Amino acid sequence: MSVLVRAAADTETIGEPLLNIGIFAAFVAITLIVVLRASRNNKTAADYYAGGRSFSGGQNGTAIAGDYLSAASFLGICGAIAVNGYDGFLYSIGFLVAWLVALLLVAELLRNTGKFTMADVLSFRLKQRPVRMAAALSTLAVCLFYLLAQMAGAGGLVSLLLGIHEEVGQSIVIAVVGTLMILYVLIGGMKGTTWVQIIKGALLIAGAAVMTVWVLALNGFNLSELLGNAAAVAGPEILEPGMKYGVTETSKLDFVSLALALVLGTAGLPHVLMRFYTVPTAKEARRSVVWAIWLIGLFYLFTLVLGYGAVTLVGADRILAAPGGVNSAAPMLAFELGGAWLLGIIAAVAFATILAVVAGLTITAATSFAHDIYTNVIKRGKTSQGKEVRVARITVVVIGVLAIIGGIGVQGQNIAFLVALAFAIAASANLPTILYSLFWKRFTTRGALWSMYGGLGSALLLIVLSPVFSGTETAVFADANFAIFPLQNPGIVSIPLGFALGWLGTITSKTAEEPRIAAEMEVRSLTGHGAEKAVEH
Amino acid sequence: MVPATDPPRDTQATIDYQAIQASEEFRTLRSRHRSFAFPLAVAFLVWYFAYVLLADYAHDFMSTPVIGHINMGVILGLAQFVTTFGITMWYVSYANRKLDPLATSIRSDIEGADSGEHEEAHS
Repeated sequence: MSVLVRAAADTETIGEPLLNIGIFAAFVAITLIVVLRASRNNKTAADYYAGGRSFSGGQNGTAIAGDYLSAASFLGICGAIAVNGYDGFLYSIGFLVAWLVALLLVAELLRNTGKFTMADVLSFRLKQRPVRMAAALSTLAVCLFYLLAQMAGAGGLVSLLLGIHEEVGQSIVIAVVGTLMILYVLIGGMKGTTWVQIIKGALLIAGAAVMTVWVLALNGFNLSELLGNAAAVAGPEILEPGMKYGVTETSKLDFVSLALALVLGTAGLPHVLMRFYTVPTAKEARRSVVWAIWLIGLFYLFTLVLGYGAVTLVGADRILAAPGGVNSAAPMLAFELGGAWLLGIIAAVAFATILAVVAGLTITAATSFAHDIYTNVIKRGKTSQGKEVRVARITVVVIGVLAIIGGIGVQGQNIAFLVALAFAIAASANLPTILYSLFWKRFTTRGALWSMYGGLGSALLLIVLSPVFSGTETAVFADANFAIFPLQNPGIVSIPLGFALGWLGTITSKTAEEPRIAAEMEVRSLTGHGAEKAVEH
Repeated sequence: MVPATDPPRDTQATIDYQAIQASEEFRTLRSRHRSFAFPLAVAFLVWYFAYVLLADYAHDFMSTPVIGHINMGVILGLAQFVTTFGITMWYVSYANRKLDPLATSIRSDIEGADSGEHEEAHS
């Protein structure tokens, strides 16, 4: 938070706030119309949660890219490369390679066995209520962390673009962004959210492509020349690994921990998993992942150019001094390249990014609460779809309000880093149980519960005991010091622990699970028999 | 080819998933999926962590210039992109050729033996 306070003192506003607001308002108006049109057919729970399962692989792949390429990727990674050099690029690689886990092991099988949520799959052959409860709680935890990260981005961006430097003004803008998001999700459900993500995903990739070509053109379309120019400005170490993570043995270990969380987290992110239910078949789910991998990969290649472009054209010192700190590298680069107009467009895209990702997270969390906790745990399945969707809508409002309050609290933290914590929780609490229940015949309810609560609990505990929370200048509680765990990312401990507990819980179970249902799950997961079909209107 | 399914006990058709699971065709499908996905998953994870550990502990090696200012770290990083795209295309072509036809055949066997149960989804 200290970065923000310092930044607010020497105010630098770039571009024209009115132009920025105008372009953003145009985006909001267009997407609202699309959302309204898309939501006319929202009747059933499958419509509201899964967009009627009627999206094509290409559409869903673009939406996945739109959902996944959050403010963390755009603002966070560009900033991380601009400030930390090569170490920032490592985020890009982890975020991309992770998709292979989803493609090879999870996406299709999950689409074939589930209905709306991750818990549908996990509880398929295990005891419904306890497993659903655990899966829903870890879904909510991951979504909340991810939401905070996005909101942190919103605050910094606002201060940079709209020339609002007081904390009160920024908080008001965060509240406006949050309210807009609630509106989208309430009206549009999954269908509206998906369309917002498709539009935004396409805009983001197009915007990044324009900037990338521009930066390359200034460097004679020669990557080596760009890198050389960056090294000339910032010193040769900007091209070498280790600027951020190579300082001490602890930070090196922290980097391994981060790498583990990034590569194993994606396939356990509930809002990504939920997107697989918006397509009609497993084959379309596969096609979505392929589209997503190409689009996301392309985008991360752009970040390399954009990050080093920002080093060359803007410089790390100016980025760090700007309001929004490290997260402002991409918008400042846009201003340097194309002036106020390009800045306005890129800024609107970045806002749209935050809006779309927050909407995706909110609908995931709300679905999980309404479908898993309310209907299946509290009401034991005895409720109507209409009632369930109503509960989901109320949850949307509650989560939106929480996100606004939390977002006001976490301003100034690097977003990519906050998102990495959400990945660590997803990899520790969700992925072991997903893989075990898809591939290990003997897996039991006890194994699932130990793994999910153990993974979730240890990840959360280690985050609280880490330097992120206390003991350092940038910590949430900077004045206290209870950081007995030295690493910032808990993955290296909590992920193996999640896997180990799932195994231990299973082999110590006295009762085996019903083999008949296990057989049904396996047959359905691989053949697609009995998979939820598209809703036709 | 039709897996031995129990005859329906009453008007509600039931499917003997354990018999399907034990059938030759299904076991082929499962082993085709796993014998492709598992080794490949291990391979890309090993390659990814090899890269991560190099970036983390072999700074000098990664800083070696290769082409102009492009060093080993950038080359290996870009190679991660290339392998990710490659594995994706390889898996898709494998799934289209080896997995989908078999899965479709088993599915239509089940649904043929259990006709009527899934028709309402289309209405």
